[in-house]
Amino acid sequence: MHPTDFTLRGAIEALNEGLLTSEELTRAHLDAIQALNPQLNAYVTVMADQALAQAKASDARRREGIAGPLEGLPLAIKDLFCTAGARTTAGSRILENFVPPYESTVSGNLLRDGAVFLGKVNLDEFAMGSSNTTSSFGPVENPWSRANDPDTRLVPGGSSGGSAAAVAARLALGATATDTGGSIRQPAAFCGIAGIKPTYGRCSRFGIVAFASSLDQAGPVARTVEDCAILLRSMSGFDPKDSTSADVPVPDFAAACARGVKGLRIGVPKEYRLEGTPPEIERLWEQGLQWLRDQGAETVEISLPHTKYALPTYYIVAPAEASSNLARYDGVRFGLREAAKDSDLKDLYERTRAAGFGPEVKRRIMIGTYVLSAGYYDAYYLKAQKIRALIKRDFDQAFAGVDAIVTPATPSAAFGMDEKQDDPVTMYLNDVFTVTANLAGLPGLAVPAGLDAQGLPLGLQVIGKAFDEETVFAVGAAIETAADFRALPRLRAGV
Amino acid sequence: MTYTIDGKTGPWELVIGLEVHAQVTSQAKLFSGAATAFGAEPNTQVSFVDAGFPGMLPVINRDCVAQAVRTGLGLKAQVNLWSRFDRKNYFYADLPQGYQISQYAHPIIGTGAIEIELQDGSTKTIGITRLHLEQDAGKSLHDQHPTKSYIDLNRSGVALMEIVSEPDMRSPEEAGAYLTKLRQILRYLGTCDGNMDEGSMRADVNVSVRKAGEDYRTRCEVKNVNSIRFVMQAVEAEARRQIEVWEEGGEVQQETRLFDTARGVTRSMRSKEDAHDYRYFPDPDLPPLVLEQSWVDQLKASLPELPDARRARYVAMGLSPYDAHVLTLEKETAAYFETVAQGRDAKIAANWVMGDLFAAINRTKTSIAEPPVKAEYLGTLLDLMKDGTLSGTLAKAVFEAMVETGKSPGAIVEERGLRQVTDTGAIEGIVAGVLAANADKVAEYKSGKEKLFGFFVGQTMKAMQGKGNPALVNDAVKKLLS
Amino acid sequence: MSLDTAMVRRIASLARIRLEEEEVGRMQAELNGILGWIEQLQAVDTTGVEPMAGGGAVSLRLRDDVVTDGGMPEKVLANAPDRAGGYFAVPKVVE
Repeated sequence: MHPTDFTLRGAIEALNEGLLTSEELTRAHLDAIQALNPQLNAYVTVMADQALAQAKASDARRREGIAGPLEGLPLAIKDLFCTAGARTTAGSRILENFVPPYESTVSGNLLRDGAVFLGKVNLDEFAMGSSNTTSSFGPVENPWSRANDPDTRLVPGGSSGGSAAAVAARLALGATATDTGGSIRQPAAFCGIAGIKPTYGRCSRFGIVAFASSLDQAGPVARTVEDCAILLRSMSGFDPKDSTSADVPVPDFAAACARGVKGLRIGVPKEYRLEGTPPEIERLWEQGLQWLRDQGAETVEISLPHTKYALPTYYIVAPAEASSNLARYDGVRFGLREAAKDSDLKDLYERTRAAGFGPEVKRRIMIGTYVLSAGYYDAYYLKAQKIRALIKRDFDQAFAGVDAIVTPATPSAAFGMDEKQDDPVTMYLNDVFTVTANLAGLPGLAVPAGLDAQGLPLGLQVIGKAFDEETVFAVGAAIETAADFRALPRLRAGV
Repeated sequence: MTYTIDGKTGPWELVIGLEVHAQVTSQAKLFSGAATAFGAEPNTQVSFVDAGFPGMLPVINRDCVAQAVRTGLGLKAQVNLWSRFDRKNYFYADLPQGYQISQYAHPIIGTGAIEIELQDGSTKTIGITRLHLEQDAGKSLHDQHPTKSYIDLNRSGVALMEIVSEPDMRSPEEAGAYLTKLRQILRYLGTCDGNMDEGSMRADVNVSVRKAGEDYRTRCEVKNVNSIRFVMQAVEAEARRQIEVWEEGGEVQQETRLFDTARGVTRSMRSKEDAHDYRYFPDPDLPPLVLEQSWVDQLKASLPELPDARRARYVAMGLSPYDAHVLTLEKETAAYFETVAQGRDAKIAANWVMGDLFAAINRTKTSIAEPPVKAEYLGTLLDLMKDGTLSGTLAKAVFEAMVETGKSPGAIVEERGLRQVTDTGAIEGIVAGVLAANADKVAEYKSGKEKLFGFFVGQTMKAMQGKGNPALVNDAVKKLLS
Repeated sequence: MSLDTAMVRRIASLARIRLEEEEVGRMQAELNGILGWIEQLQAVDTTGVEPMAGGGAVSLRLRDDVVTDGGMPEKVLANAPDRAGGYFAVPKVVE
């Protein structure tokens, strides 16, 4: 067995039993990155020297008997998390050379628990995208390909495309990711791995480059549901540096994975049966529900009547917040500066931001600026906030009668890099199943559940009550067990 | 009587409202743990939050909230238990986040009122519209380099209270009195040091003019006026400018102006390429600010005595309304006075503070906060007068010696032997000597020139180096002349 | 509501993004496509609905008034594209 084939849980046990060292495990991953990253482009920055130093230090700690919960595990960090002394780009030219002197709380928590950072992974610019094609550092390739069309390069999904591709191709045991409208769950589903966006407030946002503050949440992607649970426990926790961080206990999520689903009521929202969804996704969904019934759960049809408005609501709220959050990239204190010889300050701002931001980021800043501007605020932004309240209310009412909700994770499998690029709205539809959980602040887990006719992975989504990730993990693990998903991407380490 | 300015077409009334930015007295900033002290080296009191770095988040300072609540209570205003922070979006070099966090739609303090005192002794109530908390911006220095502006973010994120008045003022004097009174209340509360030189208090002055009986006409905002005197001058200058515009058939345009203190005129700020559109929206990094009524009650119970109440108490102690007014203008003066008056005659204490002490402060260019004579010493001096150790004259001499040396009155009395002589035998002996030496004048006195009595008293006091007890000297002169 | 080119330019100016002349038309079309799609929200009856601003906590936590940060001008200035001594530098601003 190749060291990169370990699950996170498996690696913990192997390290504990002395079967290998963190240094060996880390080297194996760095070798795999060197071999595959030129094609996948999952890593923006590889931190080989630092990773090896961390691994050696970790091995030393382990010998001294002071191993943390993630001791010696090599992980990838989405390049949206600020890492002290290591370049953090947010996938944008405007931060191409930005070196933060501080560590995000989430990545700091992982270091505290003994993790090793292999490097910073690619993403859609400022996490705005569903295909990882908007990154200033080039697109990420999905390690999977169509059985009958292996030459078409597929997108890994986005925005956490680098995280998902790296984990799927075994270039990391797990990765941090963030999810504003589906940016963890959609790429996880496209890459055949698991990923959870926890409840809003579960993970601190401190030190994560902001996209849309009221929607952004950090979470892990990994190859199993349990691995996600292990990572999430370390990433989570109250942080006084984030006013929206929830001061609630962090349970043992991994333990919850073994709970089973007997007696649980699983909601099946009828509004998620969208016209145009491929029949194989409908079938997989029904299959997933049957697996849960087989394990003792009850499935009930529920109604989330405002579902169809979630995506346009999101495309007002998120750009509005982003237009303000991204105002700080102005070429004055950090990041790119573009100016002509005779530029005044306004011209400097305009040139800097025109050169530093890519087309999708500019579009969203423009939309966000417009929906907040005088005369349009009520019709767009305020209206969206009210519909957001209705979407939340839909979930509150549904959760009065069910313990979790199960839906498809995405409306399609991974698509080709040149597909769906013509029209922004077509691209936005990728998030149709995931965005509701962000608007309502609820936890959502994507779990690989099967393959489509072309051999590409498809995922199911489990949505839970606020701060009830434990039930989400229990349901996700039950689906995972029944699905027994063993398919592997074509591009992966150790082949 | 309404204050008016006479134009070519007759008298014009003034309508004035003030937006005062008062820096909250606190150790750390509103949303970060960086220090607020004045005068530090550039960019040394800056956190990554204040500099708007990626991923940085605001966390609010409890004491800044408490200061705003205290101020609201001091302004007899409504405290809103639910308030919220919004973002005011605009680009400026010293605004690192690209937005200012402020309370636009839901301020922490609602309507209140301030009573102002005017020169003629009358009072007037000025309405407070609202008070809200917000962040200050950094500072741009435009005069350090021929083609560049320099940015210092030390002020960035410092907590400000914006206190907005109703357009209730009608004259420069009223605007000045309002600002004076507001500053006085803030300083009593300890919520703002009121130091306008250091920019702790700045006023945006809204001015319009109208003919008697008219509705409001278009107003202009004169930004960032940094002294009470300048506010009064800016009001007058701006009103005169507007009157001229109207009278020449023009129309006053609503705009933002600056007061040129050197020339005493207002001028339009460089016109913006963009019309302002601040795109306010609720700051998604900050949940609503929700206060417990019990906490507000606690703050209320611990408020210090405010100027109006203190003035009333001084009047009840026997001071004239004028003296009470003067002694309560500055918190430090009142504190000084109270130390002197403690257990003593309030009227005498007031006279010494307002007379000799104020004169000494002026002369020595000191301040009541660092007075030339300690309040405790002045109190002791009054005691020495009361128990007869010192005469009034001697007391003045001791006071001057205290100003010079900083020593206690007791020490000065001992060192210089300034103790008053009350031994009647000794006094009579000296009087007898004076009379003997001035036999001619004694004769004149006895032939009816009675005003020479004062001469004998004076000569005696002179012979005694001023140390004779004046009443006893008087008695002795009278006795020996009879 | 659809945007004309003047509005597109105005928004770009508010957002401080330089738009080249040839970009305006394309941006206009894209924005109008998105706004046209968003327009469906007007059909939702939101009478009496309280707007939902944030994702989580119901109220702010208040921190103590203690100086815990700052005092690191070099770190604050380290990423600056232009600095002059202890200051950030920008083209001269005329007020």
